[in-house]
Amino acid sequence: MSTARVDRRLPAWLRVAAPAGVALIGLAVWVLIVDVADAAPRMLPSPFAILEEFFTRWSIIAPDMAITGTNALVGLVAGTVLAILLAALAASARPIDGMLAPLVAALAVIPIVALTPILNTMFGASSQFGRQAVAAIAAFVPVFVNVLRGLRQTRPVQRDLLRASAASRAQTFRFLTLPTALPYLMSGIRIAASLAVISALVAEYFGGPADGIGTAIASYAKSGRAALAWAFVLGGILIGLLFFLVTSLLERLSTRRAPV
Amino acid sequence: MSTAPAVRAAGVGKIFPTRTGDVVALTDVDLDVAPGEFVSLIGPSGCGKSTLLRLIADLDAATTGTLEIFGKPAATARLDQDYGMAFQQAGLLPWRTIAENIALPLEIQRVTKAERTERVAELAELVGLTDFVQRYPDQLSGGMQQRVAIARSLAARPKLLLMDEPFGALDEMTRERLQAELTRIAAETGAAVVFVTHSIPEAVFLSDRVVVMSPRPGRITTVIPTRFDRIRDEALRESTEYFAKVTEVREALHGTPATRANER
Repeated sequence: MSTARVDRRLPAWLRVAAPAGVALIGLAVWVLIVDVADAAPRMLPSPFAILEEFFTRWSIIAPDMAITGTNALVGLVAGTVLAILLAALAASARPIDGMLAPLVAALAVIPIVALTPILNTMFGASSQFGRQAVAAIAAFVPVFVNVLRGLRQTRPVQRDLLRASAASRAQTFRFLTLPTALPYLMSGIRIAASLAVISALVAEYFGGPADGIGTAIASYAKSGRAALAWAFVLGGILIGLLFFLVTSLLERLSTRRAPV
Repeated sequence: MSTAPAVRAAGVGKIFPTRTGDVVALTDVDLDVAPGEFVSLIGPSGCGKSTLLRLIADLDAATTGTLEIFGKPAATARLDQDYGMAFQQAGLLPWRTIAENIALPLEIQRVTKAERTERVAELAELVGLTDFVQRYPDQLSGGMQQRVAIARSLAARPKLLLMDEPFGALDEMTRERLQAELTRIAAETGAAVVFVTHSIPEAVFLSDRVVVMSPRPGRITTVIPTRFDRIRDEALRESTEYFAKVTEVREALHGTPATRANER
């Protein structure tokens, strides 16, 4: 039902070309400083050297990407499931909401980095559990907040309609409450996905098993192998990108229909 | 059971407890609606007309008195789907197509898919939306959305329609067209209608009887029969008998002692 509003957005080709152009200019400046002017600071290798390392060392980068990616995914799924369950509880009963709200607020302000060394030590040097737990806690908060809001978005007229149609509680949930909350859940998951990747990676800087992208970046940076450290950073970026794209797609699928 | 009135209210009252004391929304309402009869409830804001409709629909429970729908308690009638309901807002579910929105009450009653498809086609035809059943609500105008809501309220073939200002948010032209359609639909389906409105011409045009209500506390003050011995078409809107009834309802509304509340 959009009116014939003047379209102020950039034309489609420019919306793709503009950021790509900025990236290319940045890359050109980078090459200019490192390869042409040879004025690079320590630990900043040429982008070509990084790409070369990435492809030649793919066999050692891929397993570490799998470890970090799995930790982030396990944390994201666990945090999301827990958040949905608790948000459903909070939405169904005021007293539970009253109990949970301050706890979630407290959880939201804890710097995740502060918990990490403790969790890592708690679950031992051979377990990925501490890292997964950190990712789960990071993912929990945005999903909980969004789902709880989503579960409260049904309108009185819609609730009256379902009651007037003699819908049971389960039917009301299935036909009204769940579809209403779904886009909110997906937004929450999209935000949580990036947080889960970042947290799983950062958690590796604070101990635990000697694997994963974060561990590799730290050890190669310390030993001065700049290009390889950067190649692992690239691996981390790819994991984050994958999580972001998949969850963005899910969100888009769930919000095709705007509310009337 | 067929001889039981569509709606029978006897001594019905509703009190809403609030922090500052009880608010009497409705007091001592006696009203019978015959099967197939079209009854409008009209009155200023706060006269309890919507409250009365919600009590009939069992969306709220009456504080006092008894309410029977086709001889059954309101709650039983709701669970048996003896009535269909339409609201001021269409209340369509935006993620469902028009066909899926119309079929919602049937889906809740676990009617088979084949039967639902057949019924949706009939209803879409009835409200003139056959070409739009695969669209989504946000692709339809307000008037069309309200037609979908009416089709949905008819889905389970109820013998009673409860309508809470269904045309209240529409422009005058759409409104008059939908009024004419509603009288046709009501006649075709043989359903009794209880219609809440605050428009005098609307009430007179549509109804067999206009129930005039007044606020503080909400109650019925007058019941005006408007049986025109003719079909309700556009010519009726310009007839002298129609104007006479509009005047009669207006005087009934303004002549009651409580009208000052309306004028504030």
